[in-house]
Amino acid sequence: MAHDTTHAHQSNTKRIWTVFIILSVITIVEVILGIIKPEVLTDTYFVSLKLINWIFIVLTIWKAYYITWAFMHMEGETKGLRRSVVWTAGFLIIYLVFILLTEGDYVHEVMKRGQVAWDF
Amino acid sequence: MEATVTRTGTEGKTWGGGNQPLKVSYGKMMMWFFILSDALTFSGFLASYGFARYKFSESWPIADEVFTHFPFLHGVEAPMYYVALMTFILIFSSVTMVLAVDAGHQMKKSKVTFYMLLTIIGGIIFLGSQAWEWKNFIQGTYGAVETRGGNVLQVVNDEGHRVALDEFVVAAPTERLQQTRSNALWFVDEPTLPRFTMEDVLVGFAANPNLHIRTQELTETGDKVVLTRAESLAKLENEGIGIIEGANLQKNEYGNPLFGDFFFFITGFHGFHVLTGVLINIIIFFNVLIGTYERRGHYEMVEKVGLYWHFVDLVWVFVFTFFYLV
Repeated sequence: MAHDTTHAHQSNTKRIWTVFIILSVITIVEVILGIIKPEVLTDTYFVSLKLINWIFIVLTIWKAYYITWAFMHMEGETKGLRRSVVWTAGFLIIYLVFILLTEGDYVHEVMKRGQVAWDF
Repeated sequence: MEATVTRTGTEGKTWGGGNQPLKVSYGKMMMWFFILSDALTFSGFLASYGFARYKFSESWPIADEVFTHFPFLHGVEAPMYYVALMTFILIFSSVTMVLAVDAGHQMKKSKVTFYMLLTIIGGIIFLGSQAWEWKNFIQGTYGAVETRGGNVLQVVNDEGHRVALDEFVVAAPTERLQQTRSNALWFVDEPTLPRFTMEDVLVGFAANPNLHIRTQELTETGDKVVLTRAESLAKLENEGIGIIEGANLQKNEYGNPLFGDFFFFITGFHGFHVLTGVLINIIIFFNVLIGTYERRGHYEMVEKVGLYWHFVDLVWVFVFTFFYLV
């Protein structure tokens, strides 16, 4: 993990192109899945989310990892900087998403039970 | 500088000051923390989009049916291809950016210049693509009928294919003029009048027995509910109040008004970031050109603007997933 300072002036061109290929392949897989939408994946649910959406989310986070670590060179930064950025964002975003999605689902239930008329 | 330092007796100790625990320059560290705060703003947008998606999970528009345009392919349904292309443009401009940073490490001025230029061009192409996407979204394709409850009713034929209002509605002659600032009540105007009235739509719909109404509601399999002919006519007569063509912040022909709002705000906020990114890139490009960083002895400024540029790409990866794929 720790980036040796002696490497700083060496060219990392090969790694850059490798990461570009990885990112492209992931994007192509996402697009193909999004167009075909295999029924196995759209009809199967896991923790109240379609399997295909889980795959999209995992692939997205994987892409985000490559962009942050390789392109933004997070892999070369100290542990302190890395954690103060990644852990802070990770914790706050998971917290916010959990709260808003739970609340959204609750409001959906309220509308479904007919307490609020929305189609008139 | 040295003159202002006060001796505290703690020199050389961990908390004596002067050391850099994160081993990174002030500018770069602050860029990282700016990115962190900006990431939280974007996640606020996307999380509230998720809230709306969950709240209206049984009536949300299907993105594949909305974003079907591709340049030079008129009338061809090409869902996703265009946004996928935009994603590639942005990823590629990220690659040229990181190549510029890499060349900067080796103090190769001409290479940095070349890659910065490619990055700027990529950014401009992306902005143009986004403008085109907005144009299509605002203009709309089929048009829809608005109901009293603020929902939209779309028109399909027997096979379930969408039918544009133009194809079956004929505007009846009308005396109603648009109020402009120069007639009737002076300095008062009103928005453009819809091309068809509700009566025109009812007449046209009744005259074409193969047409059906498609509501916003989703079935178990994720398709929109299509009403029978009798139900369609009743729905139009009882609930229809006018037509919607295209999209604005109040309503859109695709479905829930929030769908349009989130589209404008999320892609707009991201597009604004791309725009500022391009502008900052241009400034840095000229600085590289006149040799500012060559004289300074390092290209760290390219690295800092590079961080921002990659962040813009990073955000797009998430927007692409949550707005177009999920």
